[in-house]
Amino acid sequence: MRRRTILGYGAAGAGALVFALFVGWWQVDGPGAPEPMGQRPLALSAMDFSLTDHEGNEVGPETLIGRPTMVFFGFTYCPDVCPTTLSDISGWLDDLGDEANEMSVVFITVDPERDTVDAMSEYAGYFHPAIRGWTGKDEEIAKAVRGFRGSFERVPTEGGGYTMNHTASVFLFDAAGRFVTMIDYHEPREFAVPKIRRALEEETEGAT
Amino acid sequence: MRTFITSGALTALLSWAGALTPALAGSEDVVVEGAWSRASIGMNRPGAAYMTIRNTGDTPVILIGLVTPLAMMPEIHESKTDADGVSSMAPADEITIAPGESMSLEPGGLHAMLMLLQTTMTEGESYPLTLLFDDGGEVTVEVPILGIAARGPND
Ligand SMILES: [Cu+2]
Repeated sequence: MRRRTILGYGAAGAGALVFALFVGWWQVDGPGAPEPMGQRPLALSAMDFSLTDHEGNEVGPETLIGRPTMVFFGFTYCPDVCPTTLSDISGWLDDLGDEANEMSVVFITVDPERDTVDAMSEYAGYFHPAIRGWTGKDEEIAKAVRGFRGSFERVPTEGGGYTMNHTASVFLFDAAGRFVTMIDYHEPREFAVPKIRRALEEETEGAT
Repeated sequence: MRTFITSGALTALLSWAGALTPALAGSEDVVVEGAWSRASIGMNRPGAAYMTIRNTGDTPVILIGLVTPLAMMPEIHESKTDADGVSSMAPADEITIAPGESMSLEPGGLHAMLMLLQTTMTEGESYPLTLLFDDGGEVTVEVPILGIAARGPND
């Protein structure tokens, strides 16, 4: 029975380094984030993990740079929260219409034991076609979650099975890989869609 | 699929309910509205059901359990998302519904968790779900199965 808790805090040295990077970033990109300091995800360019997408391609944070990106964590054996997030996202993407084609949308499982590439492929097929499913080794998933300053934990259930607690926010990055903002779990569409547009617009600014 | 007869837990509940029947009060005033489920992918993953349970009577009712031929282990669960945005799910305590009040089972909160599915939940089909109350009464609803990406009873 493994029990994993990944918090957004590394060893003190790593923490200091991250803090230094964070301060630099803060000064460059300015404030405007409601999230408390230290909880803010790294830029995609500062993350390091290697996973496999639902079509079997090797992928990592570098795969996402160049396009605005939406990332969230979950697991396909999740009956309530994850399908809700997936259908919320599918609705937001429908609202965005053609603009959605400019985005990468990635669902990273926190349960690679059950969420194999095949399982992710089957599951992703039921939602918006833009949604990609990523899975991989435990330690690579843990590295990914740490980069987003998220957390997950395997929790045994009565029947001998297990469920996963996990960060349920949706993370938005601009085309340069910079963190823009997050959408809270089940945030209403009228708040979520403008946030996604912000990530899309920063791409335009970056291109000029 | 008449598996509910074989459920030991149900047998126990039924005999208990039988003993309490003369004192039955409250649950006959329960009305269930807007029930729905999402389709499942196969039978390995658990399903969930959502609905609004209204107590139209003048005594409190307590929901103590669920029975359905669809799943061997149906339970009331609650999902919660904490201040750090971390979601978790656990069996809920007994649910008391005061007179004139209603309780919503909806995505991201209370839900009927359907564990150990006996059949795949197929869009367009429906299944009976029985709510068991502490006064020995029970209310059975027919739950329609919507698409896997459904967001509510009208999707
Ligand atoms: Cu549940």
